[in-house]
Amino acid sequence: MTQIVDAGSADLKAPPPPEGKDAGAFKTFVRAMMRSRTGFIGFLVFAGMVLLCLIGPLFMPDTLPTDTSKIYGPASLGHPFGFDSEGRDVFVQLINGGRAVILVGFLAAVISTVIAVVFGALAAYLGGRVDSIIVAATDIVLTVPSIILLAVLAAFYRVGSAWSLAVILGVLGWPGLLRAVRAQVFSLKQREYIEAARLLDLGTGRIVIREILPNMASFILMNFVIGMTNAIYAMAGLYLLGLAPMQGDNWGIMINFAWTRGAIFFQGSLGYILAPVLAICIVQLSLVTMARSFEEILNPRLRHN
Amino acid sequence: MAATERLDKPIEQEASSKPPARRSTARYIVGRIVKALFTIYVVATAIFFLVRLLPGNPVDVYINQQIAQYGLSYQEAANQAAGLFAFDPTESKLQQYLDYLLGLLKGDLGTSLLSPGSSVSEQVAAYLPWTLFSVGIALIVSFLLGIGVGMMMAYRRGGLFDHAMTLFASVTHSVPNFLLAMMIIVFFGVQLEWLPIAEMRGAYSPGVTPAFSLTFIADAFYHAALPMFVYVLTSLGGWMLVMKSSTVETLGEDYVTVARARGLTDQRIQFQYVGRNAMLPLFTSFVLSLGFVVGGSILVEQVTQYQGIGFLLYEAVQRRDYPVLQGILLIVTISVVLANLVADLLYSRVDPRIRITSEEG
Repeated sequence: MTQIVDAGSADLKAPPPPEGKDAGAFKTFVRAMMRSRTGFIGFLVFAGMVLLCLIGPLFMPDTLPTDTSKIYGPASLGHPFGFDSEGRDVFVQLINGGRAVILVGFLAAVISTVIAVVFGALAAYLGGRVDSIIVAATDIVLTVPSIILLAVLAAFYRVGSAWSLAVILGVLGWPGLLRAVRAQVFSLKQREYIEAARLLDLGTGRIVIREILPNMASFILMNFVIGMTNAIYAMAGLYLLGLAPMQGDNWGIMINFAWTRGAIFFQGSLGYILAPVLAICIVQLSLVTMARSFEEILNPRLRHN
Repeated sequence: MAATERLDKPIEQEASSKPPARRSTARYIVGRIVKALFTIYVVATAIFFLVRLLPGNPVDVYINQQIAQYGLSYQEAANQAAGLFAFDPTESKLQQYLDYLLGLLKGDLGTSLLSPGSSVSEQVAAYLPWTLFSVGIALIVSFLLGIGVGMMMAYRRGGLFDHAMTLFASVTHSVPNFLLAMMIIVFFGVQLEWLPIAEMRGAYSPGVTPAFSLTFIADAFYHAALPMFVYVLTSLGGWMLVMKSSTVETLGEDYVTVARARGLTDQRIQFQYVGRNAMLPLFTSFVLSLGFVVGGSILVEQVTQYQGIGFLLYEAVQRRDYPVLQGILLIVTISVVLANLVADLLYSRVDPRIRITSEEG
């Protein structure tokens, strides 16, 4: 999971777009998706999952009654994944359970991206003492194994809602991204067009926001996607340990129940355990594929053919 | 969590190659040690803050529980908490903090809430080695394998091998490691019954006594096989991809062209020129991935029922054994910091440039 994408070689030698401005997040995104076939497939799969998880629940019953006669019931045409330990239909839970996962992952990634971009850009642009302090803080947070930190925090202060879960994940998810943003800004800062902007006395805020950040759009996008996979990984882990809020339908809760109630050792409930596991894996895989296609834009030498 | 750390490496080298503020090796080593100690100190302080001072902290929760459940007076409950968390409630917070730091220096992390009489340090010491053993070996194996395969991918880029391996890498490292472990158990343990998963639980078999003998080592590997396999498979893809792009980059360097022009054998160029240089950025990633893999191990160990630190953590979480949780967080962080330090020092041997460049992160 860590080394999702090597942007180690994010291409910095290539000149910025001629105007020195706005490749635009949206345009970059479209360009990345059009250029790489796998990236496009990844995008389609992800978009499909998102649609399924956001719109699907509208067609599903709101409340799923428990039915003791159907506990671990086998899969059938009407119930493609069988029934769980309370006799609830797994397929319905699967459709209803994705929304929380995707939304929390998205929100967490937004939070960590904002923190990372703001402080990373500040560190690189201002340099000096601000830079040293931010870098030192980042290094320290980076050494603490984040899953353990999350688990301990969640055990100390029970996480009450999906919102607070997203906030905790986001607040702990920034260090890697911050280092990347800082390094990128550091190199952009030395480009000639930034020097020109400085000569024109455009002001720090304007230079960072209007001149530097737009040129990093695809870079930030890529890291945002990686941040999302990391948040989903950590979230699924917290659910496995039973440390996330255990109400509602959620893939993480499904996995936790299948695991703690022993369904995985029951040969007949293969569909039940595989459904949420594969759903999470598919979301992760589609995100990683998208991130890789952004990376290929950043570093053309990685491209095939 | 930390996915992007390696992004900055080449850039920083580029940025920092200008002012070669020369620093001696000794200064570099001392600097690293100071940094490691400082990190440990900050983490220890943060934990003290979390456990004692923040509203709703576990010490207060514990005291209130005791009062509510057993009708103790506040003073009695506070005294009990003090015994468990190893602090003196009559002292000021500052004095408590100093005592806590002093206790840490002596290795005193308090006592387990639910296994009275066993100290946290003892418990952690019993479980942590298994995690370090399984994670350490798996990381080294996947690192070496990844370097080899990644280099082959770079040399045959665009070919079938490259495509197949890229696909393999993308799939394996986007699957969360503990879910992979779960799928292996479900398919090979439960459905096909190829793996004796019940027998493979724990760190070693009940009848075997820990000793430096062949049977014991074989047994330890037998029990660690499943988690180790999962770590290798899920981290291998990452190394392959990073090594591939690093090799591709190196192949474009002038000194490689010169070596070719000099008529050196391809093999010699591949191993002595390209391979050695392409590996360098991976060392830093190796260091940074330590914390991540050790963290992820708590989930994998839970799924495979391997008795490492993750197993202890899960027990402690279920029973809200706060002193143990605090101790695990602290000791695991310290071991990751120390591993980082060792790797950093080794790295400075491998790549001497790092010692003479200026501080840049």
